Amino acid sequence: MTSHSRGAAREGSGHFIAQRFTALALLLLGPWFVIAAAVSLRGGGYTSAIDFLSHPVNAVATILLLVFGLYHMQLGMQEVVLDYIAKPTTKVLLLVLNALVPLALGAGAIFAVLAVNFGV
Amino acid sequence: MAGATRPRQRPVSPHLQVWRWHITMASSILHRLTGIALYGATILLALWLMAVAGGAEMYAPVQALLASPWGQAGLYLTIAAFAYHLANGVRHLVFDFGRGLNPSDADSSAWFAILFALAAPFGVWALATFGA
Repeated sequence: MTSHSRGAAREGSGHFIAQRFTALALLLLGPWFVIAAAVSLRGGGYTSAIDFLSHPVNAVATILLLVFGLYHMQLGMQEVVLDYIAKPTTKVLLLVLNALVPLALGAGAIFAVLAVNFGV
Repeated sequence: MAGATRPRQRPVSPHLQVWRWHITMASSILHRLTGIALYGATILLALWLMAVAGGAEMYAPVQALLASPWGQAGLYLTIAAFAYHLANGVRHLVFDFGRGLNPSDADSSAWFAILFALAAPFGVWALATFGA
């Protein structure tokens, strides 16, 4: 019965710490992206988007934003699903979807940033 | 015997409709709502990046949508949701250390987060318009 000593889910504190750790990273990366993108993309054209993502600092910070943001939102949505969805099949389906969607988006979006910089 | 048919008044679960509406309750609900909204916004950010990588032709309709009134309204709401979730997130990090939990502090920090969220998109717009 050792599992009981760690609570029902046995991973609650890891979730708690990861959510706050990613929150701290996003506290810097989020406002940076909003302001940098707003200033760089104000003209709004395709070339200004390419110019923005071609700068190494912007590319790296955007990839970090994606990693921390997608992980943070996955943790948050997991909490929402566990809180509000009672029906077991719906709950499991949504949890699986929540595990896969951020992963697929992360792979696609990081590849997109790399493709802009190095070509495909 | 008459009394035996009537069950004793027992405490009931606090249903949403019996709570007096207050700002700290709104701040908690808004945190979840903006979090869910930002899930959608992050999906769109990822798709935006893929559209940029897809080339000028693929980016053109995205650009048209972002410049349209719908796109601009969406950007306003996205930045407001992000600003709220950020400010209220900091508020919760402070709560984690046991600070700011008394009613008057919690009330004023909740109001601050809401006002910050409403003002932030105008700040970003001003930076984009008049900034360096």
